Amino acid sequence: MARKDPGPKADRRRFLTGVVAAGAATAMTPVRSADVAAQAPRVPSALPPSMHVAQAETGTPRELARVKGIPGSDFMVDVIKTLGIKYLPANCASSYRAIHESLINYGGNRMPEFLTCMHEESAVGMAHGYFKVAGKPLMTLCHGTVGLQHATMGIYNAWCDRVPVIVVGGNDLDAATRPPGVPTFHSAQDINALVRDFTKWDDTPVSLQHFSQSFVRAYKIAMTPPYGPVMISLDAGLQQEPMKEHGEKPYIPRYVPTAPPQGDSGAVKEAARLLAGAQNPVIVADRAARTPNGMTLLVQLAELLQARVIDQGGRMNFPRTHYLSAPPAAVSGADVIIGLELSDFWATVNAYTDNAMKEGIGTNSTRIKRDAKLISISSVDLNTKANYQDFQRFQVIDVQMAADAEATLPALIEAVKSAIPNERKAAIAQRGEAARKAYAEGQERTRQAAALGWDASPVSTARLCMEVYGAVKGLDWSLVASEGNVSNWPNRLWPLEKYHHWLGRSGGYGVGYGAPASVGAALANRDLGRFSVSIQSDGDLMYAPGVLWTAAKHKIPLLAVMHNNRGYHQEVMHVQRLSNFRNRVANLGGDMGPVGTRIENPDVEYHKLAESMGWWAKGPIKDPAQLGPALREAVKVVQAGQPALLNVWTQPR
Amino acid sequence: MRIAPLRLIAAIAALLAAPLAVAAGSADKGRLAYVKHGCWQCHGFVGQGGVTGPKLAPNPMPPEALSAFVRNAAGAMPPYQKAILSDEDLADIHAYLQSLPKAPDYKSIPLLNP
Repeated sequence: MARKDPGPKADRRRFLTGVVAAGAATAMTPVRSADVAAQAPRVPSALPPSMHVAQAETGTPRELARVKGIPGSDFMVDVIKTLGIKYLPANCASSYRAIHESLINYGGNRMPEFLTCMHEESAVGMAHGYFKVAGKPLMTLCHGTVGLQHATMGIYNAWCDRVPVIVVGGNDLDAATRPPGVPTFHSAQDINALVRDFTKWDDTPVSLQHFSQSFVRAYKIAMTPPYGPVMISLDAGLQQEPMKEHGEKPYIPRYVPTAPPQGDSGAVKEAARLLAGAQNPVIVADRAARTPNGMTLLVQLAELLQARVIDQGGRMNFPRTHYLSAPPAAVSGADVIIGLELSDFWATVNAYTDNAMKEGIGTNSTRIKRDAKLISISSVDLNTKANYQDFQRFQVIDVQMAADAEATLPALIEAVKSAIPNERKAAIAQRGEAARKAYAEGQERTRQAAALGWDASPVSTARLCMEVYGAVKGLDWSLVASEGNVSNWPNRLWPLEKYHHWLGRSGGYGVGYGAPASVGAALANRDLGRFSVSIQSDGDLMYAPGVLWTAAKHKIPLLAVMHNNRGYHQEVMHVQRLSNFRNRVANLGGDMGPVGTRIENPDVEYHKLAESMGWWAKGPIKDPAQLGPALREAVKVVQAGQPALLNVWTQPR
Repeated sequence: MRIAPLRLIAAIAALLAAPLAVAAGSADKGRLAYVKHGCWQCHGFVGQGGVTGPKLAPNPMPPEALSAFVRNAAGAMPPYQKAILSDEDLADIHAYLQSLPKAPDYKSIPLLNP
């Protein structure tokens, strides 16, 4: 990066030049000795080094002494510290060595504390999980090209899940002076281009003043709903160069949160009119509750209307123990449906069947009444991008607000209160009684379904989940991830009531989220004195199992109970399905599922893998009767501060 | 849309014809066939069902109905035609499902009554 400042220059360039010169001098010595040999008859086998060579090899490079003043990366640490970022999970890399050094030495490795990660995707996943418990973003550092490419899947998950993560990539921009070889492969003109399609904003600061503005701006943008990841390319030269010794010192802008966008007052009023006049309104929420208060507000709205609530589980929106909690099928009888931060309104009100009909594309059908009115409040409408289309199929909406649902709920609640006429109140109360009955009947059916295969081996997913719940129910527990699809039993049977009881899913459904997000969320829960438990699938863990070591290294207690169905089971079913559609026998290749979909022969011994990285672990557990006692042991280990893993062989779903 | 009515007719025809085609099977062989043909993938190893497929056991549907459904499935379940699942294997699978014990009443399981 070209710099205009005539003050102290980045001496790292000269230092490296010096190192290269020293090497060259060493290499040239034999040539000089050859000249000497031409004049003298006897040549010693090992010539003593010349003064110049000896100094280059053993002395302090004189260029080092020229590094004066405050390193630019120290100022960067000052900026970061103003934002109260507690941790920095990252995989180390030379392109950010200067800020790394400043963080741990100048910054004292506090606020943020550097957490050693073994994969950039793990680092981003940890930040993702951490935010969903703490409500505060973390930052991560990565190599500008190779590291950022590793991080991309994690960033995409965070984008789809509307989670703020501050990603900083080291990049040696000045091609004329950067060290040759590897640093060039690890640099690019515009590293941010890799993730621009799924970040809210990115920048490449070219001065320290630019950095302080960019970093605070990045934090602010990431933390304005809809939340999302942001990216800063950090020039290696800017990190390493000292601050100017003259002129004004760069200032650090104060962070002031931006208020989230509220729905238009006219649209809120119209939505309230429709809801108040409905015979059977239904509320559907996906990422509606950004904070615990979002849950409180949603309960208020639901009880005011005695409307059933379908929680799609992007966040913990509504208590599952509430009689108004309803299954997805509840939309079928609705005359007004309000969707709050839905990522897929179309699939909420329509069904798709993958049956190879209609020239192989499958069939669509509506799930709702033809004249049902639809209302949407979603902040994602304010932040869509063209390339990665996570907004799903187009759905016509009658009242659509590009606004944050949680921020709009107080106004909507007041508007609904005003819109309900007195003569409707008895009918609304009656609706609540019907909901109570439906809820009780649904609970009974669900429990009986859970009893099926209760004593089967491998362990049924219902048994797995309820044994786990039985082991943690007396604690202040947090289910930090539930990966691999366990037939949704925690959402159907666990008394999910508090915001931290359920943290949602990955967002982008990129496999490999569960393990790092669990560790990140467990880190936040550790600081709050909570017990963290995860349902950990086998395929997910194998993407980057090194995060187990990170948990042990940094003393992050977590109980990971494996849903080890020994396969990428979604793909097992997909390939079987296609085989059947084409009337071919699926080639199992000696496994239990189609070739390329199973994780067996040999079986992975996850308990040994975890043990090798400092975890307490047991397994494989195939007999359901052994699960309860093993869980009780594991809970004690986790309560003592150590992570623990149980490798449980399970039914497929 | 053109295919669906044809499949429905085929299903009805198969249902009518099935009683003659379905023979009593072997539960032991059926357990292996159930795994080999991938029934476990969506319905679980003991037919308990889940989000991906309904329960098949205990008390499976009659063999004729099972045959008609399996051969002509047009919903979420992919069809299993004779080229990939023989009548004999299907009869064995039915026998296996029939052999599976009844599930306990959930009220007798403490973990399901927290």
